[in-house]
Amino acid sequence: MIAIVDYGVGNLFSLKSSFAKIGAEAVVTGNAEDIRRADKIILPGVGAFADAAEKLKKSGLDKLLISLSESGKPLLGICLGMQLLFEKSYEYGEHKGLGLLKGEIVPIEGAVSKDYKIPQIGWNSLKFTDKKSKLFRHIKNGDFVYFVHSYYASKCDDSVTAVCDYGAPLTASAEKGSIYGCQFHPEKSGDVGLNILRAFCEL
Amino acid sequence: MITKRIIPCLDVKDGRVVKGVKFKGLADVSSPVSLAEYYSRAGADELVFYDITASHEQRKLFTDILCEVAKNVFIPLTVGGGINTLDDFDRVLKCGADKVSVNSGAIKNPRLIEDAAKRYGNQCVVISADVKRVDGKFTVFAKGGRENTGLDAVEWIKSCVDMGAGEVVLNSIDTDGVKNGFDIEMLDKICSVVNVPVIASGGAGNIEHFIKLFKEVPKCDAGLAASIFHFGEVEISELKKKLKENGISVRL
Repeated sequence: MIAIVDYGVGNLFSLKSSFAKIGAEAVVTGNAEDIRRADKIILPGVGAFADAAEKLKKSGLDKLLISLSESGKPLLGICLGMQLLFEKSYEYGEHKGLGLLKGEIVPIEGAVSKDYKIPQIGWNSLKFTDKKSKLFRHIKNGDFVYFVHSYYASKCDDSVTAVCDYGAPLTASAEKGSIYGCQFHPEKSGDVGLNILRAFCEL
Repeated sequence: MITKRIIPCLDVKDGRVVKGVKFKGLADVSSPVSLAEYYSRAGADELVFYDITASHEQRKLFTDILCEVAKNVFIPLTVGGGINTLDDFDRVLKCGADKVSVNSGAIKNPRLIEDAAKRYGNQCVVISADVKRVDGKFTVFAKGGRENTGLDAVEWIKSCVDMGAGEVVLNSIDTDGVKNGFDIEMLDKICSVVNVPVIASGGAGNIEHFIKLFKEVPKCDAGLAASIFHFGEVEISELKKKLKENGISVRL
């Protein structure tokens, strides 16, 4: 069973539906016991970093996620959920993340020329790095996925498994051990996205 | 590299897609769910659903259908029509919408954009504007293009983006329904004053019109159309293939 962590940010309907589509059992839950019992964990999220980090902390889920992932339980952060896996973010100030991956979250603005719109909204292709991810076993280098973001993970070279070209190479996915993150939305990336989720289920 | 998006728009009334749809191999031509699945398979990058019903009961029917679409189609969904309050945002987001488009509701109450952007993030708020030339000036119309608001389109759209709209759908009333091509002049103007994605709407009649759009307004991010897709006059997979042949970056 997969636990989709519900901590009050974003709508989880599509995410839950995408697991149903690939025949995997997933529950949306904020309950610590459910999350502990799950085989795998999804950390979703849209909105602002500080608000989401605060909500995780308040609910005590931050400590739970850290201890479960340290024990080797697969954890996949999606979009803002991926950004929360890193040490800190510079979105409206400086805020601490879960620190499960090395690196920091910085604005796309400034990293790319003014011709590029902020946020990046749309389909961009994945460029795999040498660090081959198990999540990509059913997809090809160059496949398209759907992005919506204004910030990205930087100073995290060791863990990057794919980038997308948006005037500069932006971190599209990262991982370390059983901890995975996707900046894009696999649940909104058609068959390619479903195949990434399928690979996560098979871990 | 980020790609240009092709977006079919579905008007939904009483739970059905308005405008007869003719497709081979599609049994129920006005079912929003089967049509959405069809477009997703054909390579549509995103779908827009407009709720053109009026009564409260029909709204429920619309959101039920939206849920059904979101259970089966895994590309971004934008929903518009009858969005006047934050509760309306909530209602459609809970059913799997990713973005919500506001039009008349924002003209009546511009704070709606600000409040929604704060609660759901800028990426979630789309400003949809129906614009027509009046005495040579781009002017905003409300209520499905029936009411002249007197608002200057450039100023209005800029202010919506400043308030937090993360994307613009620009529908030219002057070119809409004529099938003579998109309103290049109007799109060029709006694209030059905002730095968020702009979606062109109104006027597409054939594949050449999309090629012209992306070549002449390179800052435009997406092309939206309804009937030419529904009637099969333009096939999405064919359209994207042709765009690519013309050096325009698309997802194939």
